[in-house]
Amino acid sequence: MSESTIQIALVLPDLLGTYGDFGNAVVLQKRMAWRGIKAEIVPINYGEPVPDSCDIYVVGGGEDTAQTLAVKHLREHPGLQRAVTKNAVVLGVCAGIQIFGESFTRADNITHPGMGLIDSTSHAGGSRAIGEVLAEPANGLFEGVLTGFENHQGRTVLGPSARPLAHVKVGTGNDGSVEGAVQGRIVCTYLHGPVLPRNPQLADMLIEWATGTKVAPLDLPAVTAMRAERVRAAS
Amino acid sequence: MNDSPARLPLRTAAAVKLGNLSSTLSQKMGLGAGGMIGGRVALKLDPQALNRLTQGRKVAVVTGTNGKTTSTMMLARAVGALGEVATNHSGANMPDGHVTALSKQPDAPYAVLECDEGYFPAVAGASNPAVAMILNLSRDQLDRVGEVRTIERSLRDTVTALQNCTIVANCDDVMVTSAAWNAANVVWVATGTGWHHDSASCPRCGNPIRWQGEHWHCTGCDLARPHPNWITTDEAMITPEHQKLELRLTLPGKFNQANAVMASAAAHAMGVPAEEAVRRLRGVSNVSGRYRTIHRNGRSARLLLSKNPAGWSETLTVVKEANHPAVLVINAQEADGRDLSWLWDVPFERLQGRRVIASGERATDLAVRLTYAEVEHTIVPDPLKAIDQMPQGAVEVIANYTAFRDLNARAAADE
Repeated sequence: MSESTIQIALVLPDLLGTYGDFGNAVVLQKRMAWRGIKAEIVPINYGEPVPDSCDIYVVGGGEDTAQTLAVKHLREHPGLQRAVTKNAVVLGVCAGIQIFGESFTRADNITHPGMGLIDSTSHAGGSRAIGEVLAEPANGLFEGVLTGFENHQGRTVLGPSARPLAHVKVGTGNDGSVEGAVQGRIVCTYLHGPVLPRNPQLADMLIEWATGTKVAPLDLPAVTAMRAERVRAAS
Repeated sequence: MNDSPARLPLRTAAAVKLGNLSSTLSQKMGLGAGGMIGGRVALKLDPQALNRLTQGRKVAVVTGTNGKTTSTMMLARAVGALGEVATNHSGANMPDGHVTALSKQPDAPYAVLECDEGYFPAVAGASNPAVAMILNLSRDQLDRVGEVRTIERSLRDTVTALQNCTIVANCDDVMVTSAAWNAANVVWVATGTGWHHDSASCPRCGNPIRWQGEHWHCTGCDLARPHPNWITTDEAMITPEHQKLELRLTLPGKFNQANAVMASAAAHAMGVPAEEAVRRLRGVSNVSGRYRTIHRNGRSARLLLSKNPAGWSETLTVVKEANHPAVLVINAQEADGRDLSWLWDVPFERLQGRRVIASGERATDLAVRLTYAEVEHTIVPDPLKAIDQMPQGAVEVIANYTAFRDLNARAAADE
């Protein structure tokens, strides 16, 4: 394996792959490949050790039981935590935002310890948030509106060390007002769709963080058309 | 054995009469196929209608994520060997559909009911089934149906509590096996099919599931693949009496072989000899328009329905055999599920090098998926126009639920 190949760890796709979030890894890999950057997807399955040597880690959404197992596995094999101290780029979707925090409390009122990677706590909300979301990226993090589909019971409160990813215009996000979290090079979001096919600007931001170089825009007409359609449908 | 259904109480009889009238009116006025409205009216007038309409009949209920409509039709054909069968067609698989079907055939001593997974507890509770068949369980419309483990739990609780019911269950599906594991009377069928992506961890204890060839077991508890009573082999099945019967189905694909063996096992539990069951269900060729071929301007387009990743994965295997151009039609209405994230769980990469058109109300979402799968394609939102844009000859059309329903209705109107 060449030193210059960007490795995208797909973390526990067998537990946290319920909502097509595998697509996030595909989008990162293809958007690099099409620009001549070598990149490969490294699936890390349940029961296997977690390497700390990958450049990008992608964590998806999953059901409650799967989420509990995933956090147990990731605490027993702390490769992802070590990678974060080495400046790896991490994308956590849905369950990701909950397990990366300090703790998460379920509808049954049992509090589970998180991985402590971001300054946040999550708890069960009254009703399930389901539907299209539009949110304005915080602090000009990237261009264009953030679009996605949410389907979660959890609500998340950010502490002072975590910043919001975006401000909600339509939908619920963390709490009805902010959506997701950014802390260091970790980005979390409640949005599926999956989120990176819907938001190529966010994908490119992660790629630029991982490669340390600015990438040229990619013209994909289908992506532009789909974004416009989704924004119209949500507005 | 039941000779005829019990006499209906006056309230139910009146409800049924008004319900049937509504179905007829709905059809005559061109409002719908009348598959649900009659039942909806009857259930409003008599909430116990499903219980009363099934009393005195021998009932089989069919549930699972994929193949329900086809297996129900196969099972109804097979049980037809014993007498008249009331059954719900065309996917009207919630209680209003059941009441409509039962009301239309009040004297049929047998009933075969296709049932939505979410309604299974209510329907099994009301209809006191002799046989319940669970085909498979995988992710489907997560925003509407919910997560697969929740469904497994509710099926498990229901079948464990059912009295005098034979559960016919697919032992190659970890979720189905878990659901049927504690039931009093189970017939296990090795179908050779199962979607493994939702069962890396045990639905009962959460530990990893280990696969060795066709065998699997949980590494943490005693859940393991049971010894099958019926076995699906290549184009044939082996009965509990070790008799090998050729399937010779009209319908294509491995999953239809699985449906046929499940239906045969269920028919056997209802009292039909296996040979007779297979002979009857072999004739099923067109299931509410699925698999039928429509002819338009020199194109013969085969219509295939696929609703979720497991279904699409199977269908892409069926269409792989010939390199025909493909029209893929995607909607995301309420009945389809509004969330299209699942498109990323479908291995569209298999279509690389083929002529493909993305179609349907959400053609652009599909186009994005195809772009990243490096499948060259064009976008034509209207599926009939998409078929017309293909070269003359054979075309495969794969559509999800409402896309298929609408296309099928328009194609039927054109013929």
